[in-house]
Amino acid sequence: MEGLTLSDAEQKYYSDLFSYCDSESTKKVAAHGRVLELFRAAQLPSDVVHQIMELCGATRLGYFGRSQFYIALKLVAVAQSGFPLRVESINTVKDLPLPRFVASKNDQESRHAASYSSDSENQGSYSGVIPPPPGRGQVKKVSTSHDTVQPRTSADQQEPVSPVVSPQQSPPTSPHTWRKHSRHPSGGNSERPLAGPGPFWSPFGEAQSGSSSGDAVWSGHSPPPPQENWVSFADTPPTSTLLTMHPASVQDQTTVRTVASATTANEIRRQSSSYDDPWKITDEQRQYYVNQFKTIQPDLNGFIPGSAAKEFFTKSKLPILELSHIWELSDFDKDGALTLDEFCAAFHLVVARKNGYDLPEKLPESLMPKLIDLEDSADVGDQPGEVGYSGSPAEAPPSKSPSMPSLNQTWPELNQSSEQWETFSERSSSSQTLTQFDSNIAPADPDTAIVHPVPIRMTPSKIHMQEMELKRTGSDHTNPTSPLLVKTSDLSEENKINSSVKFASGNTVADGYSSSDSFTSDPEQIGNNVTRQRSHSGMSPDNTAPPPPPPRPQPSHSRSSSLDMNRTFSVTTDLCVHTGQQQAGVVAQPPAVPPRPQPSQAPGPVVHRPVDADGLITHTSTSPQQIPEQPNFADFSQFEVFAASNVNEEQDDEAEKHPEVLPVEKASDPASSLRVAKTDSKIEEKTAASAPANVSKGTTPLAPPPKPVRRRLKSEDELRPEVDEHTQKTGVLAAVLASQPSIPRSVGKDKKAIQASIRRNKETNTVLARLNSELQQQLKDVLEERISLEVQLEQLRPFSHL
Amino acid sequence: MAVCVAVIAKENYPLYIRSVPTENELKFHYMVHTSLDVVDEKISAMGKALVDQRELYLGLLYPTEDYKLRRYGYVTNSKVKFVMVVDSSNTALRDNEIRSMFRKLHNSYTDVMCNPFYNPGDRIQSRAFDGMVTSMMIQVC
Repeated sequence: MEGLTLSDAEQKYYSDLFSYCDSESTKKVAAHGRVLELFRAAQLPSDVVHQIMELCGATRLGYFGRSQFYIALKLVAVAQSGFPLRVESINTVKDLPLPRFVASKNDQESRHAASYSSDSENQGSYSGVIPPPPGRGQVKKVSTSHDTVQPRTSADQQEPVSPVVSPQQSPPTSPHTWRKHSRHPSGGNSERPLAGPGPFWSPFGEAQSGSSSGDAVWSGHSPPPPQENWVSFADTPPTSTLLTMHPASVQDQTTVRTVASATTANEIRRQSSSYDDPWKITDEQRQYYVNQFKTIQPDLNGFIPGSAAKEFFTKSKLPILELSHIWELSDFDKDGALTLDEFCAAFHLVVARKNGYDLPEKLPESLMPKLIDLEDSADVGDQPGEVGYSGSPAEAPPSKSPSMPSLNQTWPELNQSSEQWETFSERSSSSQTLTQFDSNIAPADPDTAIVHPVPIRMTPSKIHMQEMELKRTGSDHTNPTSPLLVKTSDLSEENKINSSVKFASGNTVADGYSSSDSFTSDPEQIGNNVTRQRSHSGMSPDNTAPPPPPPRPQPSHSRSSSLDMNRTFSVTTDLCVHTGQQQAGVVAQPPAVPPRPQPSQAPGPVVHRPVDADGLITHTSTSPQQIPEQPNFADFSQFEVFAASNVNEEQDDEAEKHPEVLPVEKASDPASSLRVAKTDSKIEEKTAASAPANVSKGTTPLAPPPKPVRRRLKSEDELRPEVDEHTQKTGVLAAVLASQPSIPRSVGKDKKAIQASIRRNKETNTVLARLNSELQQQLKDVLEERISLEVQLEQLRPFSHL
Repeated sequence: MAVCVAVIAKENYPLYIRSVPTENELKFHYMVHTSLDVVDEKISAMGKALVDQRELYLGLLYPTEDYKLRRYGYVTNSKVKFVMVVDSSNTALRDNEIRSMFRKLHNSYTDVMCNPFYNPGDRIQSRAFDGMVTSMMIQVC
């Protein structure tokens, strides 16, 4: 059959008639039944009718395919116009009026005719010879003939079409999924040059019958594919939309796109010519898309963010709803950004939509990311109704998976089995985990952040404290804990902790540092302290080799002055005995020297002390490692004893005692002094007898009174557990001091003595320094413990709300 | 099976509401509307703790005399509420199933949000979302 040129009106009319005749939507009209009635209604002589039927080939085929039907109608018109019935008359006779069918169908026809005439303007001019009407007819037929498509059940018709019926069922559903979007308003798609269904028909044809020859290419103007193809189009309105993709239609495309629409049109034209897969992207198209992608995102492997894509596609002037749907289809990984493939798919969909194609429900396979390859011959029935080309209709849905290349297989699975996709996403991104994750993070950090630094600063602060104390030796005596306090204030909570913990840690540190052996726990230390002190005291006499820690007497004075004090108080054993705390004080004493009542007094208590001191010293020598105060003991030198004695002194020393004893030990002194201070209270008790004496001794000869006061304050701050240590240390110091009685305190007595005392003081200094460091460590440890406890407390607090 | 699914925005206006097209759809709408109060109540009750600690799934909102129709609630962190009316006559839906349904809803909603063409606050017209809800209304029986 040669192509039939129909006008728009004719097109509509014929399609309507065809659908009318095709009651069972088989796309084929049996020769009998309504067609016959129709022809009879044409009021043509029966022989003419027969002739018509022959000409159109119905008799040959046994039924009326769409093309046959159209030709027949045309012939009817020809006949009614009085023209001779010839095949060529179909096209040659121009301006044929529409075939008139009298009889009952008049109403229809008249209606149709009217509608057609009115719709004629809607019809775009189709260029060239339109392949058999079926394609064209569809377009208009759809809109107007829906109502005319009556479910006529013609048994007769069914028979011949039965072989085709079954396959037919599926395709109609698929195109219907397309859901004719409002075609009329869509963009400038008013014109649908139906220059032949081209590839789009073919899919349907294929889908429908499966038996039809694969050659459904209209563009080539090949003889209409077996009628099945056409028939299939009859009741598939959406299929007409495919036509728009036809190259011819593209020519008439009036869509305006800021983006070079012409090129897209060309591309589409060419693409449709491939008549494989309407959704396939041709090379030119793809190249164009890629170029467009580059304008937005130079990196081809990068993403186009959603906002940029939105802007870009908004230019196409499609409704937002459609763009939204296109986005849903094309953003495959749902990440809010478009990769190159996704972008090409989206672009292609936009172009398709512009051309009047309805958007598919699901992304066509050829548009799936990574599937957009011309080489990708996975043309096997794409999603039903959309692309189904070669695949049989029944196979359309399942054909995807099996036919898909390995790459593609994942996509259809993901795309089709939304449940899988969703379950995966459910598993992976459960909202619960997200929220819990956040909630978990929040509470812990602040506390830990705040808490952790605390211990870290311990050491520097200690050093700082030492320095402070060094500076303060003579300055701030009123603050027994000033050096410590200053630093504590600096460190806020840290300080408090420091002050308190330092004491403990200091103890531990000192213990650690001290040469004493087995110092593991504070309790032990504490216990040891006492012993240590005693041991120290015991050792003191041994260690008296170093000049008796004369300055000890004034533990409060501590560091800087301590040296001097020590020198001056080389004999200040009594001072040492006093508290033993302020070894520094003892050291500091020498410079002060002046009031050496202590020496006088010292001997007294010292005398008493030695025994105690020894015991203390020995003890302290063992304990110091745990007690920073007792670094002296590590040396088992006089210094330890000295320190112990100093400590003791400090403890006892409420007065100035050892302000300057050990400048170096300032750092440790705070700790030690604290401890000492703590021990003060106890040591005083312990060394009640000697203490007072020591105190007096320590205080008077030694450095500034404030120191002991400070020590006391320190002691208050310090951990109570240190008290024992202090007591021990005081004992030690006492012992140390006691050890010093041998050193004549008499000022100016012997230069040698003084020098010796100086030496001793120096040694004491070092010992005390060591003790100090040990104490600092202890303090640090205790601080850490406190920090951890606070953290626990913080963590427990939120639960109080629940 | 879910007979009604509603997505309520933060300002308590519906972004999406759909019910099984049977009889009294208005009844379902009314149920959703009354459920909002309960949802808000639950949110505020839990809101004392950190927002993150609040669980999204609210569960059965309130017991009704009608044992067949149950309302379940779910709130996202952005105060978008999902209310689902479930017909439990056929099968006793377990809590986990309801949770999974809400999770699917949430994921679909997230996908809708990801669409740059969707303005938050607009009605949800996504076909994918529709499809998902439809599947829920049909499947969960």
